Amino acid sequence: MSTIRFMEEIRRRYGGETIALCYQCGTCTGSCPVSKTSDRYNPREIIRLALLDNRQEVLYGDAIWLCASCYNCQERCPQGVEIAEIIFTLRNLAIREGKIPKLYEEFANNLVASGRLAPISKFLEKKRAEYGLPPMKPVDIEAVNKIFSATGFLELFSRSKGEKS
Amino acid sequence: MKSYALFLGCTIPARQPNYEISARKSLEKLGIELVDLDNMTCCAPPPLRSIDLKTSLALAAYNICLAEEADLDIVTLCTGCFESLAMTNSLLRDNMKLREEINGILSAVGKEFKGVKEVKHYLQVLVNDVGLTRLKREVLKPLDNLKVAAFSGCHLIRPSKYLKFDDPERPRIYDSLIEVLGAKSIWYRNKLRCCGGLLRGYADDIALAIARDKIVNAVSAGAECIATLCPFCFLTLDLGQMLIKSTYKEEYNLPIIHYAELLSLSLGVDPKELALEIHKIKIDKVLEKIGW
Repeated sequence: MSTIRFMEEIRRRYGGETIALCYQCGTCTGSCPVSKTSDRYNPREIIRLALLDNRQEVLYGDAIWLCASCYNCQERCPQGVEIAEIIFTLRNLAIREGKIPKLYEEFANNLVASGRLAPISKFLEKKRAEYGLPPMKPVDIEAVNKIFSATGFLELFSRSKGEKS
Repeated sequence: MKSYALFLGCTIPARQPNYEISARKSLEKLGIELVDLDNMTCCAPPPLRSIDLKTSLALAAYNICLAEEADLDIVTLCTGCFESLAMTNSLLRDNMKLREEINGILSAVGKEFKGVKEVKHYLQVLVNDVGLTRLKREVLKPLDNLKVAAFSGCHLIRPSKYLKFDDPERPRIYDSLIEVLGAKSIWYRNKLRCCGGLLRGYADDIALAIARDKIVNAVSAGAECIATLCPFCFLTLDLGQMLIKSTYKEEYNLPIIHYAELLSLSLGVDPKELALEIHKIKIDKVLEKIGW
């Protein structure tokens, strides 16, 4: 168990600072397109669980991965709770414990390898030329990886992979 | 002539030539010079923010630094890229402590964020640099009251505190830009609601249900097409209708068209030049209506 309360752990991290302002009105859930569609996701409930120190349930559950990042909740929150950012912060924490959905792992792999979501293939370059589009400009992959190394992203990512396997 | 560093992002150059061609052609026709800079990388969208918020700020700031060095403002096409870069620009301009921390990271690659350049979405360039009055004059083929369901996607307008694009609950800019082309921007239910696109690949069932709502609401309001700005919204709603057909056994055939495509067509660009074969839902009915 952590020695500090989960709420403190969240609000000390970049992106999580506003969590304690929540007074549980539910405007977020009422504004959420995912909550309207599925009972697997309820942002008010995630914040409540976090405030009540349910670290395990929040970080290891499925719910934090179901936010569509539309920012409607954050836009409307009367308390200025930056809910979408808090969800990112919770995902950051979950990934630090080795819980990374496959989709995000693939995304990170592509980014480290090519500096892009999807690498540009020779075939694609040919297609672009046929459409009269200019050739793609290069990405300085060495610089991108230096940034990843300076932020701890590379280390974080290899650690989360290591723990899973 | 106003020049911008064109930030293409990852998805548009790889998958949506229809967007890239129409944006380049229409903006250049309107006297906007687009400069392709070396070394622009990923914008640092929500999937990267999900992994590490600070890395996403550093990567977005790195892209902004490239534009600062070239002494150019940035223009984006993808609303996701707009959000990532504009939000970072705003955060690092206002928060010196955060800026120092990110600049500490960027010093590893010899960059420093200065906060001296703007990040704009191309709609802002149309409204502010070209202007609605001139745009109206440039229209050669008015869209003949085509009933358009305007869908800006989330990340053009939210979070408004950082993006400052338009009123987040009653935006008007996008609708004005549609109407100036001679189309009608219609009201439809839950117009500002998300398309669900970012849940694709993690919760496909929920993503598709949300996309279906958007299509149904637009069709029920009599829309002849949905006009998009974001490549993910486009995929989610265009390709999405194929998935709706196989999953829900429902067929809507509602054309999904990027605003840049509508703009190009109204400015007189020949549809044959626009790579329209990319559309899964064919847009022939729309072309016919506007006289192509």
